[in-house]
Amino acid sequence: MAVLPIRAKGATARRRSKVLVGPVDLTIEGAGITIVMGPNGAGKTSLLKLLHGIERLRGGHLHYGCALAEARAKQAFVFQTPVMMRRSVVENIAYPLRLAGIKRADARMRAYTWATRIGLGEAAERAALGLSGGERQKLALARALIRAPEVLFLDEPCAALDGRATREIEALLGEAVAAGTRLIMSTHDMGQARRLADEVVFLHKGRIEEATAATTFFERPASEAAQAFVRGDIVE
Amino acid sequence: MCFASKEMIYTSVLLYCAPRPCAFDQQAIFRSRRNKRDDDAMTDLWDGILRAFWLVASLDRDLVEITLRSLQVTLSALVLACLIALPLAAVLVVRRFRLRRATIAVLNALMGLPPVVVGLIVYVLLSRSGPFGVLGLLFTPTAMIIAQVVIIVPLIASIAHQSLRELWSDYHDLLISLNATPFQRITTLLWDGRRALLTAALAGFGRAIGEVGAIMVVGGNIDHATRVLTTAIALETGRGDFSLALGLGFVLIALAVAVNLCIHWLGQTERGGRW
Repeated sequence: MAVLPIRAKGATARRRSKVLVGPVDLTIEGAGITIVMGPNGAGKTSLLKLLHGIERLRGGHLHYGCALAEARAKQAFVFQTPVMMRRSVVENIAYPLRLAGIKRADARMRAYTWATRIGLGEAAERAALGLSGGERQKLALARALIRAPEVLFLDEPCAALDGRATREIEALLGEAVAAGTRLIMSTHDMGQARRLADEVVFLHKGRIEEATAATTFFERPASEAAQAFVRGDIVE
Repeated sequence: MCFASKEMIYTSVLLYCAPRPCAFDQQAIFRSRRNKRDDDAMTDLWDGILRAFWLVASLDRDLVEITLRSLQVTLSALVLACLIALPLAAVLVVRRFRLRRATIAVLNALMGLPPVVVGLIVYVLLSRSGPFGVLGLLFTPTAMIIAQVVIIVPLIASIAHQSLRELWSDYHDLLISLNATPFQRITTLLWDGRRALLTAALAGFGRAIGEVGAIMVVGGNIDHATRVLTTAIALETGRGDFSLALGLGFVLIALAVAVNLCIHWLGQTERGGRW
């Protein structure tokens, strides 16, 4: 069974009495990349976490195409500040496989392949905490992709990265999409959104203002906030 | 009358502090007494160092025996305490249960547990009339190990909990996202936090190796049975053999430092990165 479609109905995330995001109605299906946009504090991270299933649902429903345990195993999440485990690069990448019960030697071998693919083959035995920002984000991406997830969430993976690192990450994302992974990614970078998006979800004040095909969003945004956002005005 | 009583005081002071009085004026008496005390103290220290050196150099049979027993008792207690305290600390970090906060508070409070009282309680529990009297453990090294475990478990668990909590706040999102089981979370934390846990274990070792109150009570300082370095030091101090007591003391310090260095070297702390 596939994870998709992911259906959220009236889904809400709350921290104490403050609503982080919701209620949102959203369906993720098909292939390609969904870009989540919106100003700071609009609830992008909360929405991603909610769809991923690690933010507690405080209202509404969330359904995957398969059972919950299976759905969790077939998804991955790349955080805005990548979590570096106090291990070597290759062991960081191999960790999800180890959790899945794959033998150490086998897991390390597959992790080596990934380390080479992201250009960290030379650094495979170095401590992950010694990596630069771009290398960390690539490591996190490899660690997320090593289980070949059906759905991958990325929370501003290229924030604070320079052009070259961003291009490398985007190339890896392109390969992942080609391999059949569904991406849901938040970003602040309008250029990146235009380059990558097949679908855009525009969030404003915790609500979905617009969820539509990318071309429609960039050419004829329906809501006022989205129009201002696409124009480049400051939306609060 | 008045003069005579003064004489008497002088004489008694002299008799007390200087076997061969050479001066009668107060200044000289005090000076000589102070010098004598300083000389004695320095002599004791120096003698202690020499005694320690000779005890070690000649591999004195009694010294080797009590040193090995010290190590045996403390290392056994340390291993047992770590087996209890480290998983406990990890569970307290990753699991949310009702009495979690209370448990942490109690563990922190118990860090300052007075060893003598622990010894007393273990004594009562293990004594012939106590609930575990039938085991016949009182005045054996096993009883000493039990007492030391009780003393150092809260210390190790508290320090370990503190460092694992920081590690968990780093790892939390990732491990939740990867859907790791509670057991996997605990083993990951214990493995990746191993260097911090080493520090916790060393703190426990330090407290146990230098501990005298509890093991004196439950062990009884019986020669060739339950005598260890610390109880031997207490005994020799009581008997007035300061140089031997100091000698044993230096051996104890050297032992503690040596074990710490060994563990650091084995764990390769301060090498290979920041953890």
